[in-house]
Amino acid sequence: MSTKVYAGTAVTVDDDGFFADPQQWHEEMAPQIARESGVDSLTPQHWQVVTFMRHEYAEKGTGPSVRALSKTSGVSIKELYQLFPKGPAKLAAKIAGIPKPRGCI
Amino acid sequence: MTSDVVTANGKIEKVSIIVSKGSLEGVYPALIMANGARAEGIEANLFFTFFGLDAIHKARHEHIKLATVGNPGLHLATWAGGLPGVSSVMTHYMAHKMGQLDIPSIPEFIEMIADTGAGLYACQASVDLFGLTRDDFIDQVKDVITVGEFYDLAAGGQIIFT
Repeated sequence: MSTKVYAGTAVTVDDDGFFADPQQWHEEMAPQIARESGVDSLTPQHWQVVTFMRHEYAEKGTGPSVRALSKTSGVSIKELYQLFPKGPAKLAAKIAGIPKPRGCI
Repeated sequence: MTSDVVTANGKIEKVSIIVSKGSLEGVYPALIMANGARAEGIEANLFFTFFGLDAIHKARHEHIKLATVGNPGLHLATWAGGLPGVSSVMTHYMAHKMGQLDIPSIPEFIEMIADTGAGLYACQASVDLFGLTRDDFIDQVKDVITVGEFYDLAAGGQIIFT
């Protein structure tokens, strides 16, 4: 665990940079986390996925895998990888301030 | 000898996975590894060779079966595994269990993996051996390549043989 400052607020993140406490996340922090993850600017499509990740986490206590994310959000796998080339579920979770989704599929 | 297989942060950046078997239990692990690699942001290529070609064969990829003979992991008597229909029944049962876990069927899984940006390739030697052509394969297959071309593609990454 370590501490990072996003949008002027100190937050706790794990060794891979995922928020330890999703409550500490705020929308203003997302662009900076995105830049650190190689996503230069958050388009409305990115936001659609990020918001969806938050929603899924709030509902189920865990973020979805890429397949589940595509199936439930309606954003195609192809599109997800265009938005988040370095791993859609993983990066969207990081940007959304939720723990890294676990799952093999 | 230089090595750029892993980056300075110790992460794997690229994998090339060889699929040489045409059984259900031979194909799925490779697909799960390829899909999982892409989900982690790792570049991935799949190279289908020998009976692994069935996984990308238009007419055969929907009919990949579990091996019920010579598969001690099933804990089934060898003679029973060889009875007519047993392989189909066991495959059906496995598909049902996988469906419950939302594991896609092989055709769906392969399409999904292609959509993640992973490259799908068929082995030239095996294609020649089995008398196949490019048209026998699903559209997602990028090319039929030689072993040398495979090594060029795999350069700078890990190679996994399944």
